Amino acid sequence: MIQDTVTEDLLLRQPKFIAYLFATVLVCFLIFDPSQSIIGHLLEPALGEPDKSGLYGRFVTSFMLAVLMVLNLLAISLIPNFRLQVISVWIELLILFLSFFYSFDLSFEFIRSKIWFMVTQGIFTTLYVSAISIVIASFIAIIGAVAKMSSNGFAYAIASFYTSFFRGLPLLMQVYLIYLGFPQIGYVIDAVPAGIIALSLCYGAYMTEIFRAGIMSIDAGQWEGSRALGFKFSLIMRKIILPQSIPLIIPPTGNQFIAMLKDSSLVSVIGVWELMFLARTLGNKTFNHMEMLITAAMLYWMMTMVLELIQSRIERKYQKRQSR
Amino acid sequence: MSKTNQKVKQPIISIKEMNKYYGDFHALTNIDLEVNIGERIVICGPSGSGKSTLIRCLNRLEAHQSGSVNVNGVELHQHMKDIDKVRSEVGMVFQHFNLFPHMTVLENCTAGPMWVNKVPPVEAHEIAMRYLERVNIPEQADKYPAQLSGGQQQRVAIARSLCMNPKVMLFDEPTSALDPEMVAEVLDTMTDLAQSGMTMIVVTHEMGFAKQVADRVIFMDEGKIVEANEPIAFFENPQSQRTKKFLSQVLVH
Ligand SMILES: Nc1ncnc2c1ncn2[C@@H]1O[C@H](COP(=O)(O)OP(=O)(O)OP(=O)(O)O)[C@@H](O)[C@H]1O
Ligand SMILES: [Mg+2]
Repeated sequence: MIQDTVTEDLLLRQPKFIAYLFATVLVCFLIFDPSQSIIGHLLEPALGEPDKSGLYGRFVTSFMLAVLMVLNLLAISLIPNFRLQVISVWIELLILFLSFFYSFDLSFEFIRSKIWFMVTQGIFTTLYVSAISIVIASFIAIIGAVAKMSSNGFAYAIASFYTSFFRGLPLLMQVYLIYLGFPQIGYVIDAVPAGIIALSLCYGAYMTEIFRAGIMSIDAGQWEGSRALGFKFSLIMRKIILPQSIPLIIPPTGNQFIAMLKDSSLVSVIGVWELMFLARTLGNKTFNHMEMLITAAMLYWMMTMVLELIQSRIERKYQKRQSR
Repeated sequence: MSKTNQKVKQPIISIKEMNKYYGDFHALTNIDLEVNIGERIVICGPSGSGKSTLIRCLNRLEAHQSGSVNVNGVELHQHMKDIDKVRSEVGMVFQHFNLFPHMTVLENCTAGPMWVNKVPPVEAHEIAMRYLERVNIPEQADKYPAQLSGGQQQRVAIARSLCMNPKVMLFDEPTSALDPEMVAEVLDTMTDLAQSGMTMIVVTHEMGFAKQVADRVIFMDEGKIVEANEPIAFFENPQSQRTKKFLSQVLVH
C-alpha cells in the first residue's frame, strides 16, 4: 500500500467525534458495570462499598473509566512520532493483558519453578519438531507442485488426491490416524516421528499450492529462454524458476511456519513432550492449570514474535535484491 | 554483391509440408523451406501471420502436427531423445530478451556453456567475455539485466546465445521492444554477426536490415509463405498483391 502525501484531519481533533466517542465508551462501560472492579475498590472512600453503591456507583465508575480512556486516546494521538505512537499503544495493550492475567491470582512461585523445564524441554521440542516438519513439507511441496502442473495424468492424480485428502482432514485426526493407524499394518511408530510425519504431510499439502502459485507466476519467457539454450527440466527448475519464485514463496511459507509452530501443539495428544503437553501435565498435580497454560501461551507468543522478526528480515533482504 | 558468392549449398534446416495447429486454428499451412549453411533469411509479414510460430517450430518450442522439420540432420518430433542437444546448437533471441534477472550478465552468459556443454568455469568465463566484447558491452559483465538499457539487454541476449557456439541463430523481432534510439546498436550487432558468416533466420520489420543483410526475404500471410525472393527482386518487383500492400505499409515510414 502506498500512503497518500496529503493526510486527512485526525478524527480525534474534532470535538463532535470526541463527544460521540465518549458517549459510546460510556454506554459500553455502563452495560458491563465496572462498579465491582478494581476501579470500584479504588473509589471506595467516595462511593462506599462497591456491591452496595448501586446505580450511582455504576455511573460514577463508568464515567471515570470513559474519561480516562478518551484522555488516553487523545494523549496518544498527540505523539508526533509514528514509532513512539506504536510503542506506547503496544505497551498499554500489554499492560492491560498482563493485568488481566494477574487478576487470576497466579502463583508466580510455581511458574518460576517450572519455566526452565518448559523452555528447555517444551520449546526445544516444539521448535525442532516444527523445523524438521517445515523442511520436509517444503520438499513435498516442490514435488507436489511440479506433479500438479505436469501433463502426466498419474502424477497429477496422486498429487491432487494427496492435497485433497490432507487438506480435507482435521490435523488432529491425521495425528491420530498416523500414530494409531501405522501399528495396525504392523509398523509401530514413536510419537515424535508420527507427529513429524503428520505435520509434514498436512503442511506439505497446503504448501504445494503456495509453491505452485510461486512457480506459475514466473514469466513463460524464462522457460523459453532456458529451453532455447538446451537446459533440461530439472536444471530449469533448480537454477532458473525456483530461485526467482523464492521471494514470492517466502512470506506465505513464513506464515505457514508460524501456524505450524502452534499446530504442533496438537501432537501433544500422542504424548510428545512439547510445550502444550508440558503445560497440560505440569500443573496437574497441584492444580496450577492456569499458571502453566498462561506461561505456555506467552512462550508461544514470544516464539512467534521472534519468527515474525526473522521473516521480515528475510523479506527485506529479497526486496533489496529485487530493486537492485 | 559478394555475399551470395561462395556458399556451399548444404541445408542445415529443411522443412517439408509442415502444418501447425493451435487447437482448431490452422496456424501454419504446408510450409516448405530449406535454409543453407551461411544463409541469412529475413521473414516478414503482418501481425498474426505465423512468423513467430514458424521459427519457434525450428527448435521445437512449438510442436508441428504434420510434415517434417529437420534441423542439422536431426528430425524433430515428440518422442525424440536429444532435443536439448539440438536446442543448444540453435541460438534464439527473443523480442523480450528473456534474460535471467537473478543472474549477472556474466552468469547469464556462462550458464549455457557450463551447465549444458560442461565447460570448466575458467574457460566459460573466457568464452563469455569474448562474446560480451563482440557485442561491445564487456564493462557491464557484473551488472544485473535490470540495470541495463533495452538495447544492452538485447545484446547480452545475443551474446548469451553465441556462447553456446550455435550453428544457426534465430531472431524473433529482436528490436520491436526497443526504444528507437536503441534499435541501431542491436541491428549493428546483427549485421556484424551476419558478416562473420553465421546462418541466421530473422523475423523483423526492419526493411533496411533486410535489404542490407538478407540473402532471401520471405513474406508470410495467414500461415503461408506467400513469396520468397532475393532482396532486390523482393523489394523492387514483388509478385503478389498482398506483398505489395504489405510493403507499401511498412516502407512508407
Ligand atoms: N499459444 C497459442 N495458442 C493459440 N493461438 C496462438 C498461439 N500462439 C499464436 N497463436 C495464433 O497463431 C497465429 C500466428 O501467431 P504468431 O505469433 O506466429 O504471429 P506473428 O506473425 O509472429 O505475429 P506478430 O507480428 O504479432 O508477432 C496468430 O493468429 C495467433 O493468434
Ligand atoms: Mg511474433
